[in-house]
Amino acid sequence: MPKLTVDGVEIEVPAGATVLQACEMAGKEIPRFCYHERLSIAGNCRMCLVEVKPGPPKPQASCALPAAEGQEIRTDSLMVKKAREGVMEFLLINHPLDCPICDQGGECDLQDQSVAYGRGASRYDETKRAVTEKYMGPIVKTVMTRCIQCTRCVRFAEEVAGVPEIGAIYRGENMQITTYLEHAAKSELSGNVVDLCPVGALTAKPYAFEARPWELKKNFAIDVMDALGANIRLDSRGRQVLRALPRINDDVNEEWITDKTRHHVDGLVRRRLDKPYVRKDGKLVEATWADAFHAIAAVAATANGSVAAVAGDMLDCETMFAAKLLVQKLGGTMLEGRQTGLAYDVSSLAAVNFNTGIANIENADAILLINSNLRWEAPLINTRIRKAIKKGAKVFAVGPEFDLTYKVEWLGNDASLLGKLPDAVTEAFGKAERPAIIMGGGALAKDGAHGAALALAKSLNVVREGWNGFNVLHFAAARMGGLMLGYATDGGIKAVAAAKPKLLFALGADEVNYDLFSDSFKVFIGHHGDNGAHHADVILPGATYAEKAGTYVNLEGRVQRSEKAVFAPGDAREDWSILRALSDVLGATLPFDSFNAVRSEMAKAVPALGVEGLASYDWASPSLPTDATGEFASPIKDFYLTNAICRASPTMQRCSAELIQGEDFAEAAE
Amino acid sequence: MADAPQIPDETEVRARWGDFEWTPANAIKAKAYIARYPDGRQQSAVMALLDLAQRQVGAETHTQGWLPVPVIEYVAAELGMPFMRAYEVVTFYTMYNLAPVGRYHVQVCGTTPCMLRGSDDVLAACKNKGLIKGHTTPDGLFTLTEVECLGACANAPMVQINDDNYEDLDYDKTIAVLDALAAGEQPKIGPQIDRQTSCPEGGPTSLKEMVSENHDYRSAW
Amino acid sequence: MLADKDRIFTNLYGFQDWGLEGAQKRGDWDNTKDLMARGQDAIIEEIKASGLRGRGGAGFPTGMKWSFMPKESKDGRPSFLVINADESEPGSCKDREIIRHDPHKLVEGALIAGFAMRARAAYIYIRGEYIYEAKVLEGAVAQAYEKGFLGKNASGSGYDFDVFVHRGAGAYICGEETAMIESLEGKKGQPRLKPPFPAGAGLYGCPTTVNNVESIAVVPTILRRGAAWFSSFGRDGNKGTKLYQISGHVNKPCVVEEEMGISFKDLIDTHCGGIRGGWDNLLAVIPGGSSVPLVPAAQIVDAPMDFDGLKAVGSGLGTAAVIVMDKSTDIVRAISRLSYFYKHESCGQCTPCREGTGWMWRVMERLRTGEAELSEIDMLQELTKQVEGHTICALGDAAAWPIQGLIKHFRPEIERRINENHGPAPVMEAAE
Repeated sequence: MPKLTVDGVEIEVPAGATVLQACEMAGKEIPRFCYHERLSIAGNCRMCLVEVKPGPPKPQASCALPAAEGQEIRTDSLMVKKAREGVMEFLLINHPLDCPICDQGGECDLQDQSVAYGRGASRYDETKRAVTEKYMGPIVKTVMTRCIQCTRCVRFAEEVAGVPEIGAIYRGENMQITTYLEHAAKSELSGNVVDLCPVGALTAKPYAFEARPWELKKNFAIDVMDALGANIRLDSRGRQVLRALPRINDDVNEEWITDKTRHHVDGLVRRRLDKPYVRKDGKLVEATWADAFHAIAAVAATANGSVAAVAGDMLDCETMFAAKLLVQKLGGTMLEGRQTGLAYDVSSLAAVNFNTGIANIENADAILLINSNLRWEAPLINTRIRKAIKKGAKVFAVGPEFDLTYKVEWLGNDASLLGKLPDAVTEAFGKAERPAIIMGGGALAKDGAHGAALALAKSLNVVREGWNGFNVLHFAAARMGGLMLGYATDGGIKAVAAAKPKLLFALGADEVNYDLFSDSFKVFIGHHGDNGAHHADVILPGATYAEKAGTYVNLEGRVQRSEKAVFAPGDAREDWSILRALSDVLGATLPFDSFNAVRSEMAKAVPALGVEGLASYDWASPSLPTDATGEFASPIKDFYLTNAICRASPTMQRCSAELIQGEDFAEAAE
Repeated sequence: MADAPQIPDETEVRARWGDFEWTPANAIKAKAYIARYPDGRQQSAVMALLDLAQRQVGAETHTQGWLPVPVIEYVAAELGMPFMRAYEVVTFYTMYNLAPVGRYHVQVCGTTPCMLRGSDDVLAACKNKGLIKGHTTPDGLFTLTEVECLGACANAPMVQINDDNYEDLDYDKTIAVLDALAAGEQPKIGPQIDRQTSCPEGGPTSLKEMVSENHDYRSAW
Repeated sequence: MLADKDRIFTNLYGFQDWGLEGAQKRGDWDNTKDLMARGQDAIIEEIKASGLRGRGGAGFPTGMKWSFMPKESKDGRPSFLVINADESEPGSCKDREIIRHDPHKLVEGALIAGFAMRARAAYIYIRGEYIYEAKVLEGAVAQAYEKGFLGKNASGSGYDFDVFVHRGAGAYICGEETAMIESLEGKKGQPRLKPPFPAGAGLYGCPTTVNNVESIAVVPTILRRGAAWFSSFGRDGNKGTKLYQISGHVNKPCVVEEEMGISFKDLIDTHCGGIRGGWDNLLAVIPGGSSVPLVPAAQIVDAPMDFDGLKAVGSGLGTAAVIVMDKSTDIVRAISRLSYFYKHESCGQCTPCREGTGWMWRVMERLRTGEAELSEIDMLQELTKQVEGHTICALGDAAAWPIQGLIKHFRPEIERRINENHGPAPVMEAAE
């Protein structure tokens, strides 16, 4: 714990801290461009220069200098002031004066720091350098003349995303940041370089010229594109969400979000269901709420308890809770959320949870992946695994091979391997102190695989004192919340279908094979004109996650709450209020009149959902059949088109076409 | 970057060079280069392999050689390094040609020590022979580049043409060298005046015994 | 004049065979085993006692540098010796002569120095443009292996040591030690942040010492003849013999080994046939390679050509690359051309150098033609101060110093050009 002084004030800093961190702890702002807490230290922008004694009689880059006992650091001396002015001047000489047409304007580090630390006028009379734009793909727009060569994007691509396709070519004043041969960066995380870029060189292509930051209303939300529960901020103007940005949460998404999370938002205003519909003579026709409700009531009257609900992947707990109550009041019991037919055992929620925890998986030292394409199913867990590997972890995998951006020992794609793992694996796990198994949601589809994995957990001893290394990786945001609310029927959705419910509530359920329910009267409560709506007999227009507050439980059992950012379009309403209104017409009135009442009723029923933070599931390993055979299949066919919102998003369609289908979108030179 | 090389069209280059692989002799050399570095550090050999590849391309095209994209990728793949990292290396160092060059790559040193002794005349000679900086002559014979100090300052001005130095030049001697090369002859390599390497012109001022015999001075220690 | 018997590089001009046979006849590889048998600490002490200072420019005491290397590996990491043969400083051309004409001195020195610092291997990083020189060097290394001088039980010493040649590909910055290490690792040659210093974490993260070719090549002779012999030349703190490289406006440019501290006049008159056009025609001298400030004629003539002697006249010995300029020189252009060099060779990594070198060169070019304002001279001076000391490596300093030297000594010349370009000052009429 070295003691040192910053501008004359003595402080003690943790061992290993840098001078920059020491200054921050002393409450001094240190300007910087290249330094970023989550990336390696480059030390190249030279903006963070401070005066340090003892040391050479010149300013030192504080980001890279270790804090040491007895240092006298000055951030307020003339030397430092001149150094900052000098660096600032150099950064600006070749930077265009195009702030009025730059999307970074208003949230630009270069703007802010030049006001705070710059000289106010330039002495540069020469011609400014111009740099041609570089194509970086459908997400990142480039204006490379603005680039200050801080290399944050290069380091992010290599270190975090694991896709070393961005680099700095040429040298000296000709140095240019580019993707390899100016092809699109093939990463699910490429949008993060836009946040990292301290200037307007890399901006969000779909958001180009959409808005200024000060015009936007900011609401905190939870992402529903996968089961990670990334903490996001939705920036909206009027009724439209214009962009999604990450919020920092070191337990969940750190500072990153996927491109899908970032850019599905243009799908929120497209293909929306904004009016109730009723199927008449085989055709869906617009209806009033009253007509729609009465159509349902007519069926409910004769249903005699033959009522079921299927929950979609992006649903909040409150909606699921309200629907559950309604089904129960109508005498039904069947609830299911596993739309695609999974029917795994849920007697122990711990056995289907990501028990190690998202942040903690970084500490695993041996990892076995079972049919899990982490890069698509949970890209931000993939980045954690990359960190684990940097710390020395070994990764083995059973399942179809993918490029996971790191070295994986692929064992094969037959489920029977789980029963006879090669010695290399058992050896590595034998030596490991923190071994982990990650079972992809798709692996649960294979009969016996869940049991085989649990058996492995036992034989490989991955659950031990202070460490639970057994993990199931879901990819539906609603999954863990749904399971906590009982949205699982023995036998899964096939069993629900086999019971031939007369009345089926399809709650944003767009991944169901509705042919199974050809005899049911299907009420779709959801927001997009997708698969669910096509098969519905009645459509009640609901709200997306951005248009309602809600509680979500992520794949590690973390209960998180999301705010409402905008209003649903047209006649669409928040789902709980639709269910509440419908319940009146059905004569099964639900016991709440406000969203807060729903939430408190839900907390009464399932107390864990009333407390933000990790829900605890006691570890229990059910005894299940363990013989699994045959090949695993990948559950996700297209990362960018996994739900109704992103299927409606032009940006996601473009990403799919270009990055998955390989269509050529390279822009012609003008 | 006004003097940036015009990088050839990727599709055409891939069509032409997509099936690049080492000649058997170069494959052996490549292995030997890689063996110079510790296990797992094979990336260290990237510079040597790129040079080797450029020479092989040169041999195939009867020029000094250059590095088409598939060739860079071939080298990167052999060393298990990301293409981007190899491409960065290629663009960083001046000796890798990003675009095709002529049979002779005329690299005139223009840095101050050469400038003081007449590199302007050398460049003028090149110009009058039709060589233009950054371009290849229409006959494909010469590509002219002005380079920075090549470390032969005591023999300034000088030019490096492919692997050979021609030193102690003036206008006429430069013309003579270029003419000889154009005629398919091999001019004398090294100083173009009567001089032994970097020894003072007219004979050494020290170590005179060494001129005629391999003198051992130890007896005088 | 240094006596021929006291010259280390006796085949400097390549009159004789560079190969092993010729080298052995001149005294190389003569019982190397015995030299090594003195022990690692004794070798380092001898080099310390000899007063040898690094010949690559900075002049850091070589023996002391070696002593920073770990005496034993606590964590299994090997140590490396990297020999800097990336001779790219304008004016410098001495290592080239060592490598192409006396390579065995370097190879033997590599073994002894590597042994002394307990290195596992030496990498000789030779600049890519030294194509012929690299061939000779690889040949010399191969000869040494063939004779068992290198490799397992090198020279019968019981010590295993390898020497590898690594060719660069055209980047001045790779002469900076951490850039060289990056380049050796197969990356762009961009200098690293220090700390950590190479002696702690250098090549492949292992302890590494980077030495200049000349520093290493003189080691066997120093050991054979003793520290006292080497330190009998030159003044205190500036000991030994040194390869001087004289280019520019002398009658006979050459490379020559001389005693440290020889006066500039002696050096030129003895070996270079004097200044072109006579001593009265001397304008200025850059005495240590492009990175050091120039020295006007009057101050340089009697200056001792060593570290302290040249420091005293506001410059430095650098690599002892002496660039002589007579009165026909366009001095502003000469320095501007150096500014272009630094702009061309900036790696682009850090801001002041990337942006500053280009800016400085552009202003210099306008000062050359006079298309500038008088106030820009001071601005340029300030710019150089804004670059100097603010960069990751010393290239920024090296780019700044020649300009500072020019402004310091030739400001009237710059002003003259500006004034001439502007024409006579307009006559201002008083307002009525």
